[in-house]
Amino acid sequence: MIPGYITTNAPALLIAVPLLGAFLSPLIGRISRDTRALWVLAVMTLTTLIGYLTAFLVYTEGTLIYVFGASEASLAIPPDSGGIPIRIIFTLDAMSALMVTIAVTVGFAVILYSLTSDARRSGLEAYYTIFLLMIGAVLGMVSTGDLFNFFVFLEISSLASAGLVAYKVENGRAVEAGLKYLLVSTIGGIFFLFAIGILYGQYNALNMAMLADMIQWTPLDKLALVLVVAALAAKCGAVPMHFWTPDAYSMAPSAVTAMLVVASQASLYGLFRICFTLYGITLNYVTIGWVIIILGILSMIIGVTMAIPQKDIKRLMAYHAVSQTGYMLLGVGVGLAVLGDQALLNSYGMTAMEGGIFHIFNHAMYKGLLFLTAGAIIYQVGTSDLNRMGGLGHRMKWTMIFFIIGALAIAGIPPFNGFASKFLIYESVFAFSPILSVIAMVVSILTLASFVKVFHSVFMGPPLPGNEQVREAPHTMLIGMTILAAIVIISGIFPEFFVQNLITPAAHALTDQAGYISAVLGGA
Amino acid sequence: MVSATSLTSGFGIWDPVLWVLAIIIGLVIAWILWSSGVSAFKKGTEQARPYLSGNAEPPKGEVHIRAGNLYWGFTEGIKGYYQRIVPLHTGIMTDYLLWMFWVAGILLIIVMVV
Repeated sequence: MIPGYITTNAPALLIAVPLLGAFLSPLIGRISRDTRALWVLAVMTLTTLIGYLTAFLVYTEGTLIYVFGASEASLAIPPDSGGIPIRIIFTLDAMSALMVTIAVTVGFAVILYSLTSDARRSGLEAYYTIFLLMIGAVLGMVSTGDLFNFFVFLEISSLASAGLVAYKVENGRAVEAGLKYLLVSTIGGIFFLFAIGILYGQYNALNMAMLADMIQWTPLDKLALVLVVAALAAKCGAVPMHFWTPDAYSMAPSAVTAMLVVASQASLYGLFRICFTLYGITLNYVTIGWVIIILGILSMIIGVTMAIPQKDIKRLMAYHAVSQTGYMLLGVGVGLAVLGDQALLNSYGMTAMEGGIFHIFNHAMYKGLLFLTAGAIIYQVGTSDLNRMGGLGHRMKWTMIFFIIGALAIAGIPPFNGFASKFLIYESVFAFSPILSVIAMVVSILTLASFVKVFHSVFMGPPLPGNEQVREAPHTMLIGMTILAAIVIISGIFPEFFVQNLITPAAHALTDQAGYISAVLGGA
Repeated sequence: MVSATSLTSGFGIWDPVLWVLAIIIGLVIAWILWSSGVSAFKKGTEQARPYLSGNAEPPKGEVHIRAGNLYWGFTEGIKGYYQRIVPLHTGIMTDYLLWMFWVAGILLIIVMVV
C-alpha cells in the first residue's frame, strides 16, 4: 500500500524529487561515478513512479488540485485574499496527466540510456544535475495551474536545455547551438512574461482558472494571446520559428535530444492549455484555430522537405521533429477552429483533437526512440555524417530493428502507433478540409522516403572500410531503446486502449473550460 | 463489427490486430511457398558472386550508394523550391529572432483586424 502522505503530496513530490535529486547529484558524485549513476537512476525511477501514481490518481479521482502552503485543496482561495487564489496551485487534469506520463516514461528511458552513452564524457556532475533539472522543469510546466509559475518552469527548462545542448562543446559548434537555443528561448520567455504582465494588470490574478473565469477578449487580451502563441510556437519549433531546432537537436547528446522533444511538447501543451483553458470560446476561435492550422501545415511541409536532403542523421531527424509537430498543431488546431460549434466539434473536432493529442504521445515515443538509435550509431561509428556510414545492419542488428520500428512509426505505417494517430487526423481533418488531409498524407509519404534513405545509408550494403570494429550498442542503451520500442508497438496494436483511457479524457479536459475553473475555484 | 481492439474515427475503423493477423497469415503462406521450392543456391560458390557485365567486382566499400547521392532527382525536380527555402536557414541568430518578431507582428494584425 502507498502511504497516504505520498498520495496526498504526489504533485509536489513530482517536482521535488527530481529537483532535490539534481542538486544532490554533484555531492553524491564525489563518492564515485558508479554511485552517482545509481543515484541518478534511483531518482529518475522514483520520479517515474510518482508520475505514474499522479496520473493514476487523476484518471481515477478526477482533476487533482494541490495548493502549496495550504493544508487542503479547498483552501485554494484563502479567506483573506479578496477571492483571489494567491498561492501557487498545481492543477492536474487528464491532459496534464498525459503529459506527465509522457515525460516520466521518456525521462526514465533516456536516463537509463545516458548512463552508458555519456559515461565517457567529463563534467558528468553538471550533466546529470542539469538533466534532472530539465525533467523537473518539464513536469512543472505540465502540472502547474499558475501562469507565472509556468513561466518559471519554462525558464528553468530553457536554461537547463541550453546547457545540455552546449554540453559536448564540439569545437564550439554545440556551444553555438546552445546559445541560439538560449536566445530564442529568452526572447520567447520575455514575450510570455510580457503577456503575463498584461493579464495580471487587467485581472489582478495569475491563476489560470481565475483568469479563465474573468477573461473578456479585450485588445490587451488579444495582444497577450499573440505574445503567448508566438513564444510557445517558437519553443515547440513551429515553422517559421523552427530554425533553432536542427541546430540544437543535432548538437545535443542523443539522450538529451530525446528529452528535448518532450520539452518542446511541454511548450506545445502550454500553447494548447492557454488557448483552450484560459481563453476558451472567448477568443476568436476560428481565426486562432486557422493560425495554428497554418503553422502546422507549414511545419509539416517545410520540415519534411528540409529533412530529405540532409546528410547529418540527427539534423535530418530534427527536421522530421518539426514536421511531426505540424501534425499535432493541425489536429488540435482543427479542434480549436470548431470549438464554438458543438455539432462540428462532436462530428470531427474532438476526433481531430484526439488525433493531435495522441500524436504528441506517439511522437514522444517513436522520435525519442529514433534519436536514441541515432545516438547508438554515433556512439559506435563516431560520426553523424550519413555519407560515412553503411553496412551497420550486419553488426548492430538490435539498433537496426529499433530504427525500423521508429522509422515505420514516424512514417505512419501500420501497425505502429504513428499510423493510429495519423488515421484519426486524416479522417477528421478530411471532414474539415480535404486538402489539409491530403497534405498530411503526402507529408507521411515523404517522411517514409526520407527514412528509407537513412535506413539504406546506415544499415544496408557491405560494411564500409573503417567500420569493421563497430559493435552493437551496450546493453543499458539497448534497454532504453527497448522501453520506447515496446510502447511504440503496444500503442500501435492496441490504440483504442490508449485513446479511451488516456487520449479522450485529455481532449475532453482541454475543451472543458468550465470543469477546470470549477475544479480550482469550486464554484467560488 | 467493431471489436475491442478497433480504433474508430467517426468515419472509419482501424483494427490493427486483424491487420497483424492478416500479415502473419500472409507470411506463413509465403514461407510455405518458399520452402516448397527447389534449393539450388550454394553459398560461397560462383553463384554468390555478382554479375557486372563481365567487369571485375569493385571493392565492397565503393559499391554502397551514399546518402548524398540518394534522392538527387527529387531535389533537382523541385530545385526552385529548395533555392528559396534553403537560404532562409541562414544559421544567423538575429535572423531567428527576426522571424519570431515577424510572426508576432503578423499574428497581431490578424487577431486585431479579423
